[in-house]
Amino acid sequence: MVRTLLVRGMLAGVVAALLAFVFAWFFGEPALDGGIAYEDALSTAAGETDGEAPLVSRGTQSTIGLLVALLIYGVAVGGIFALVHGGAQGRLFRLAPRATAGVLALIGYVVVVLVPFLKYPSNPPASSVDDTIGLRSGTFVIMLLLSVVAAIVAVAVGQRLVARIGTWNGVLAGAAVYVVIAGIVAALLPVVSETPADFPAVVLYNFRVATLGIHAVLWAAVGLLFGLLVSRGTRSAERPTVGAGAG
Amino acid sequence: MALGASVPTVSAPVVPVRELVPWAVFAGVILLALLYLVGMDQGATSVFSGSMLHEFVHDGRHLLGFPCH
Ligand SMILES: [Zn+2]
Repeated sequence: MVRTLLVRGMLAGVVAALLAFVFAWFFGEPALDGGIAYEDALSTAAGETDGEAPLVSRGTQSTIGLLVALLIYGVAVGGIFALVHGGAQGRLFRLAPRATAGVLALIGYVVVVLVPFLKYPSNPPASSVDDTIGLRSGTFVIMLLLSVVAAIVAVAVGQRLVARIGTWNGVLAGAAVYVVIAGIVAALLPVVSETPADFPAVVLYNFRVATLGIHAVLWAAVGLLFGLLVSRGTRSAERPTVGAGAG
Repeated sequence: MALGASVPTVSAPVVPVRELVPWAVFAGVILLALLYLVGMDQGATSVFSGSMLHEFVHDGRHLLGFPCH
C-alpha cells in the first residue's frame, strides 16, 4: 500500500519535473545566462584569458544537466509528498484524498519553497561570494528545517483548535502560529547581502521570479497529479485493500 | 470555496502507522539524500570528491534556489 503510494508520488514527480523543465528553459535559463554574461565580463575586465575548458559545457548544463537535476528533485519531492500524504490522509484534514493532495502541495510550496526563499532568495551565477558558501548553505538548511518544524507545530496546534473553535478559526490560528515561528526564525538568522553593486538588477529579478515559477509549476503538478492517481487508485483498489486489511 | 458544504464523507483507506513508519524511514532517508546530492553536495560539504556532480546539476541547483556561486 505504501509502496504503491510511493511509486505514484515519484511518478507524479517525474511528470512535474518535465513540466518544470519547460518553464525553467523559457524563463530560468535566459536569466541564468545573464549571470554568466556578467561573470564573463568580470573575468575579461580582470584580464583573465579563458584557458582551461570547463568540466561540463554550458550546453550540457543548461539542457541535460538541468533536466536531470529537476528530475532528481521532482522524484524526491514526489516520494516524500506521497509519504506525508499517507500519514495525513484521513487523520489531519477531513478531506478526500485528492483535496488532501492539493492542500499538502500548497502547504509544501509555502513551507519548503516560499518562506525559506523570502529569507534566502535564489541567486544567479556570480552574484554571491564564493567563500561564504558554508555560511549560506548552513543558514539555508536551518531556515528550511525550522520552517518545516514550524509547520508541524502549527498543524498540531491548529488541529486541536479546530476541535474547539471551529474549522475557520482553528485553521487561521494554526497559520498564525506558523507565521510567528517562521518570522522569529527568519529574524534571528544572519542576513546574507552579497549581490555586487553593478550586478544587473533585471537579471536578479527575473532569476528569482523564475525560481518561484519553477517551484510553483513543480509543486502544483505534484499535488494535482498525485491527487489524480490516488483518487483513481482508491476507487479501483478499494476491494483489494479491504480484503488485504481483513486478511 | 464552500469547504463545509462540499466535504465528502471520506471512505478512502487510512494507511496504518505501523505500515507507514518503516517506509517513511527507509525511503525518506534515500529521498532526502537525493535532495542533498542535487542541491548541496560538492559545495560546502562533499560526499563525492571532485566537482563533476556539482557542475552537471549546476543550473538546476541555482534555479531551484540552493546556494551556489
Ligand atoms: Zn554556481
